[in-house]
Amino acid sequence: MKRLLILLFFLLPTFALAGEAQDMAADPVLEKRMVGLAEKLRCLVCQNESLASSHAELAEDLRREVRELMQKGMSDQEILDYLVSRYGDFVLYDPPMKKTTLVLWYGPFALLLLGAGVLFLQLRKRKSEIAEPQLTEEQSARAAVLLAERQDSQTQPKDTQA
Amino acid sequence: MMRFILPFVVFVVLAVFLFVGLNLNPREVPSPLIGKPAPAFVLPQLHEPQKNFSPADMKGKVWLLNVWASWCVSCREEHPVLMGLAQQNIVPIYGLDYKDSSAEAERWLQKGGDPYVLSVTDTEGRIGIDYGVYGVPETYVIDKQGVIRYKQIGPVTPDNLREKILPMVAELQAK
Repeated sequence: MKRLLILLFFLLPTFALAGEAQDMAADPVLEKRMVGLAEKLRCLVCQNESLASSHAELAEDLRREVRELMQKGMSDQEILDYLVSRYGDFVLYDPPMKKTTLVLWYGPFALLLLGAGVLFLQLRKRKSEIAEPQLTEEQSARAAVLLAERQDSQTQPKDTQA
Repeated sequence: MMRFILPFVVFVVLAVFLFVGLNLNPREVPSPLIGKPAPAFVLPQLHEPQKNFSPADMKGKVWLLNVWASWCVSCREEHPVLMGLAQQNIVPIYGLDYKDSSAEAERWLQKGGDPYVLSVTDTEGRIGIDYGVYGVPETYVIDKQGVIRYKQIGPVTPDNLREKILPMVAELQAK
């Protein structure tokens, strides 16, 4: 019996905290800060929703947790670290830069560079493929005639226009 | 010839990536708690609420912490597997009754059988948050030093019991 009383005594602060947390929900400044932070966090139950918009029970619990941590005076960064240490980087919508996420962050740029490189090489190759064809004397004579004819036909309409 | 090989190789690489991606389960989020000490708690026991249980009581033993609830549908699926495991006396299973009403939890254990040495009640889900619980059932393998070695997200099945959990338990018990 005595033990039970002692236990109840120690449980008192938890009940007190729960009561306070509900009061804090009425505090619009803290609520706004909580929602702002919760928008950066992923709900783990419904993975494409943020913690702010999710109605899953876990999301509600986590919002309560965030609210209480803010009330304890923890900074936003400290709260993020607190959640990451429990749920992993997956709770963050913005994945942090580290060894395992390098591909995620730089992969698209690497692919872009690769694409640009391939394009450049292809263009250069094509340029070298369109080499001046070697003409026989007869062919170049014909080409000269054709070119001369074309020049005539091009200059004539220009004259009439002018 | 190169004209055809290169696109083909690119296609195969892409297909392999997509195929592997198709078989990954996005629900299985790797837990950052693996290799870390199991978060401490003191919670009242389900059957005898005047008594407490803490992971610290389990120092020197390999044990399983199974997060369950009477409202959890997948827990019904894993329940017979846990019952079978409990009968074999290989490793003690402790339950964390997560966000549940004690009356309903007791009724469910009476009806379906109780595979747990004991269960503790986490009515508000606060300890669940410390353990990174996001989908009940979840099962943690905890070693003699109180370090979490493995986390099974979703039901324990005969397959993952045989392939992952039991070998892990045997290895940890031998240490």
